[in-house]
Amino acid sequence: MAKYITEINKNGTIAVDDTILIKDVASTAGSKMLQNFKPLFSAEAVERLTAKGYTISGKTAVGEFGLDLYGETGSEISAAAKLVKEGSVKAALNVDLNGAPRRAAALEGVTFVKPTYGTVSRYGVIAAACSGEQIGVTANSADTAAEVLGVIAGHDAKDGTSLKTEKYEYNTNASVKGMKIGIVKELYDAADQSVKAKIDAAAKAYTKQGAEVAFVVVGNLPEIKTAWTILMSAETTNNLSRFDGVKYGYRTEKYKNIDELYVGSRTEAFGFLTKATIIYGSDVLSKGKYDACYDKALKIRRIAVENLKTILSKYNALLLPAYAKTEYETYPEEEAFEKVYEASLFTAPASITGLPAVVSAGVQLVGDYFCDGKLLSLAKVLEKEEA
Amino acid sequence: MKYELVIGLETHVELATDSKLFCSCGGHAAADEPNDCVCPACAGMPGMLPVTNKHAIELAVKAGLMLNCKINQYTTFDKKSYYYPDLPSAYQITQWFNPVCVEGTVQVGEREIGIKQIHIEEDAGKLVHDDATNTSLVDYNRTSVPLIEIVSKPDFRSSDEVITYLKKLKAALQFAGISECEEGAMRCDVNISVRPEGSDQLGVRSEIKNMSSFAEIKDAIEFEKVRHVDAIERRTEMLVQETRRWDEVKRRTFPMRNKETAADYRYFPDPNLMPIIIDDSWLAEIKASMPATAEEKGQKYVDMGIATKEAAVLASDAKLCSVFDAVVAMGREPKSVASWILTECMSRMRYLGIETLNIAPEKLSRIIELVDSSEITRAAGKKVLAAVFENNVDVDKYCDEQGFNAKVDEGAVLAAVKAAIAANPAAVADFKGGKEKAFGAIFGACMRELKGNGDPAVIRALLTKELGN
Repeated sequence: MAKYITEINKNGTIAVDDTILIKDVASTAGSKMLQNFKPLFSAEAVERLTAKGYTISGKTAVGEFGLDLYGETGSEISAAAKLVKEGSVKAALNVDLNGAPRRAAALEGVTFVKPTYGTVSRYGVIAAACSGEQIGVTANSADTAAEVLGVIAGHDAKDGTSLKTEKYEYNTNASVKGMKIGIVKELYDAADQSVKAKIDAAAKAYTKQGAEVAFVVVGNLPEIKTAWTILMSAETTNNLSRFDGVKYGYRTEKYKNIDELYVGSRTEAFGFLTKATIIYGSDVLSKGKYDACYDKALKIRRIAVENLKTILSKYNALLLPAYAKTEYETYPEEEAFEKVYEASLFTAPASITGLPAVVSAGVQLVGDYFCDGKLLSLAKVLEKEEA
Repeated sequence: MKYELVIGLETHVELATDSKLFCSCGGHAAADEPNDCVCPACAGMPGMLPVTNKHAIELAVKAGLMLNCKINQYTTFDKKSYYYPDLPSAYQITQWFNPVCVEGTVQVGEREIGIKQIHIEEDAGKLVHDDATNTSLVDYNRTSVPLIEIVSKPDFRSSDEVITYLKKLKAALQFAGISECEEGAMRCDVNISVRPEGSDQLGVRSEIKNMSSFAEIKDAIEFEKVRHVDAIERRTEMLVQETRRWDEVKRRTFPMRNKETAADYRYFPDPNLMPIIIDDSWLAEIKASMPATAEEKGQKYVDMGIATKEAAVLASDAKLCSVFDAVVAMGREPKSVASWILTECMSRMRYLGIETLNIAPEKLSRIIELVDSSEITRAAGKKVLAAVFENNVDVDKYCDEQGFNAKVDEGAVLAAVKAAIAANPAAVADFKGGKEKAFGAIFGACMRELKGNGDPAVIRALLTKELGN
């Protein structure tokens, strides 16, 4: 049975990952840097759920600051998906920074929705890359995901990027008949045979329901992957700079001055992948590299948004893998940065644009902004097919 | 060879908002106990997000309008990264790419000084070094308090111009309610170089950081001028572009450690703060809320019948203006109010060593009302004013206690006059012998007898009449 890192209530129905704050409960974002850090307030999403009578069961593990794909914290990353799959909880909240919960859902065969950026408040998320990360919902069905998402989504004045709509309705019963679904050709080709089989099965199910399914070439996907890695690393570097050993969290015992306090605390408390991300993120923002790296990544983001919006004006949804494989691959920690970078080829398009993405039956669906409900309807078709 | 100074200023001013720039903590933290005015957001705790204070944007736009700037209707916030314990999130939110105001001008004497830009940013906290325990303590009260930085072009040619500009800026900012410009709330970085007069090349620049006293700024500029000219003419040192600090005790500048200045701040747009769009209607609203400038205010006072020079003095100081406006609004005669503020109040301020007028307008209005309606004499009024300045007394109660009452009947005045004549035979003899100055002594005795009450004109008339007998 999958374990919690902190169990809160045996009868709780919602698991929450460790980058999401719960008042007075240790919230570490999977980092030694925040061991024993107890926040003074709960995340808005947690407050909304408890206000509606849901109880939080406990906190589940994440890779350090949500950056990790597998590496240092091992398969515990999929603890939330496992809890959902075995029916221990109704649903789980997971922060999608770089696709980790999408991959976990694909590998465990559960549903995960990363909602349209700005619809769910990020207040109370231990921030890494604010421009892309979103709280999403892992659940056993599209209907349950929609139910929980309906509770947590809506305007929050405490988050400056929160959109103004007070409440969102998610209709999971949209008719698939007549829909146009595009299989992303480049990503289909880049996936293992076992993943291609899942995409094929999904395509078949949609065709059977009267949808039109065709291959579509999106273009610039390696550039989007690189651009997102640049933006994510730069923002993460900046957000993690607050963890300096001065105010809270881990502090080295060996220091004689403020510089040694900073360097010692951060060296001892951050894991390999986090350090690699910080080095990369510092570099792309440095004098002389900003224009060539960071600013160019922002331009690629704009191009990606325009391009995907154009494609999504012709297709109701894109069908693509969430990950190249159907099982986690283990690797030595010094390869972590590169492995995560390669794997984000499949998840970066939705991360960099803020488009909604839903994972179900081992495949990923990406739609236009605010089409979260339509994507969940498509996921429901696959659930029925599997059942 | 003759040399000229080339100076540019970066002036940091605390905005007069009710709360901090990105959270709802009180804005004016200086008076609180250490770390009284801190929340998870301005303490840089994980999970908190910044939400922009709209009033800060409006005040910055007002500053731009006042300095004839172009307002950037699309303006953004950016992050500036550096590690220091007084900066809890290790980044400062500022405006690097799209500052709110650009390209303005200020008239300083005959010359026009260019304003490069005005940008909004958050202040840092404060470090307190405790020598007794050899520790450093952090106070976050000031963290995230909104500032604007007004960046001038290198257009100043003398320390006098710099001081004139700063005084004008301070008055204007106070006027428009943009900043209270309290002690230390206006801080300057001075960029300075010298060049042969007539040259259009720029010399090697030094930057003197973080100065707030105008007198010290002037001295620091004069010191740097001599240092630069000596370096050029007498090869006393090799000038390098560097950041320096002014030592108020040693009366000279010193280079700051290179480490403090050679940082790469890695600026990038803050993804948590959406670009701010100042649309035409919001801009019009801000324009409409602009108060009169010092010049406009001065003209208004002249139109009220105040002498030009007095009007200018009143208009130059926000506090004088606000007291004047309030007292006039209470129905007092403008000329009389101007005279009370500029003569009596300022004399009390000089006597007590106070720089800003701090009197309840109601009290000053009541004093003027009592004097102008001859309820009490002007001399008594001055005494009440002094008591208000020193002990903040209640005007009517104090008058009662002191027995101030100008409405003394003629019989009482006559009795006092007679008593004074009887008590000062020598002075009376002198007066009658032709020494007119002796009148003053007898008049004074009369006033003392009346305890400052009575209409001086009546007293004078009666005394003259009695002495003539």
